[in-house]
Amino acid sequence: MKKSKFSILTNGIIKENPILVLVLGTCPFLAVTTQASNAIGMGAAVTFVLLCSNIIVSLLRKIIPDKVRIPCYIVVIASFVTLVQMIVKAFLPELDTSLGLFLPLIVVNCIILGRAEMFASKNGIVDSALDAIGMGIGYTLAMLVMASVREIVGNGTWYGIEIPVLVDNNILIMTMAPGGFAMFGILIAIVNKLSHGKAIKKKEFGCEGCPSAAACGQAGCTQKEAAVK
Amino acid sequence: MIENIKVLIGIIMAAVLVNNYVLSQFLGICPFLGVSKKLDQATGMSVAVIFVMVLATAVTYPIQYFLLNPKGMGYLQTVVFILVIAALVQLLEIVLKKYIPALHASLGVYLPLITTNCAVLAVCISNVDNYMTATSFGGTFVQALVNALGSGLGFLLAMVMFAGVRSQVERCNCPESFKGMPITLISAAIVSVSFMGFAGVVDNLLG
Repeated sequence: MKKSKFSILTNGIIKENPILVLVLGTCPFLAVTTQASNAIGMGAAVTFVLLCSNIIVSLLRKIIPDKVRIPCYIVVIASFVTLVQMIVKAFLPELDTSLGLFLPLIVVNCIILGRAEMFASKNGIVDSALDAIGMGIGYTLAMLVMASVREIVGNGTWYGIEIPVLVDNNILIMTMAPGGFAMFGILIAIVNKLSHGKAIKKKEFGCEGCPSAAACGQAGCTQKEAAVK
Repeated sequence: MIENIKVLIGIIMAAVLVNNYVLSQFLGICPFLGVSKKLDQATGMSVAVIFVMVLATAVTYPIQYFLLNPKGMGYLQTVVFILVIAALVQLLEIVLKKYIPALHASLGVYLPLITTNCAVLAVCISNVDNYMTATSFGGTFVQALVNALGSGLGFLLAMVMFAGVRSQVERCNCPESFKGMPITLISAAIVSVSFMGFAGVVDNLLG
């Protein structure tokens, strides 16, 4: 089945939103969404790495031998992450301090490896680039929504702008760890409600839902499932 | 000597309780949500994580100190670390399979999952960032190893606790939209509130 270019692009934004539907890459999603500006910076960094790695993986998909594909993808991704790290450090030092450890950790972000394995290794360059852009936008939008709520409620500001009444009545816990977990849960519940449970009908943490499924390969997963049974 | 031990105990307690990797720093959320359904799986995964964290620190820390820093190649850190960890995990799996089949049977299934676990890479990078000094190697290396152990133990604690919480949550009657992932995340929020109570405990005990 051949998908149209437009549906590939919008797929990542709504139908398969990497955060809210696929639930991939949760660690940076929870950790950096304390401020809207961080969310945009992180989203842009992830989108850039995703776009570049998808293009390169798609270009090399016929050359890379099947057995060593995961290490190859990791090297490609790690190189672009290093590039992003250097750019951010040089031009946006403030963003570098607020993202901190999570900037190098883009390399283990399951979205990127997942898209390389699931999409870019099977499709052409244009499709892969569109998929990366769609996924990147979906990721950034989800982060922005989450960060906006947490910043407005927790800090009384939005993008650094003070909001009159809320700034004096902020609920600090929203910017801390528990607020992140709770807010993420509520967001997914809202998505469930809006899609009438179609998006993730009580999404199971099975093998297909496992974020590392791409990296561990079928063998590891069947082993794991066998061990579970 | 006593001072040194005090410092090391402080590092362990800070890593396990105050800066718990999962519940206060949001590292390793994927396995935390994915493998915490049953207690035995949660324990197996955590023990594997502890093992790999300590081993990965033991390998990457000297690499950074003796290879990358003197040659001015610090910018290669991300690439080198992730490759070393991936290779190490593969190697560990082969060695366990050959020599300790019993351990491989219980931990082996979790090892491939650990390669892309952000907590392992994070512990290596933050050890280099926090402990490495240009002058001495031995003392800071021990501190880094202890920190890796503590972080792993913190992961174990969070996983085991959460597996217990989850077995109760699974049976609860909650609104349809909240079933599955959302209620899991909200219970994680409540568990992490309890860990906020540990803030300052290290300073007060050992400070």
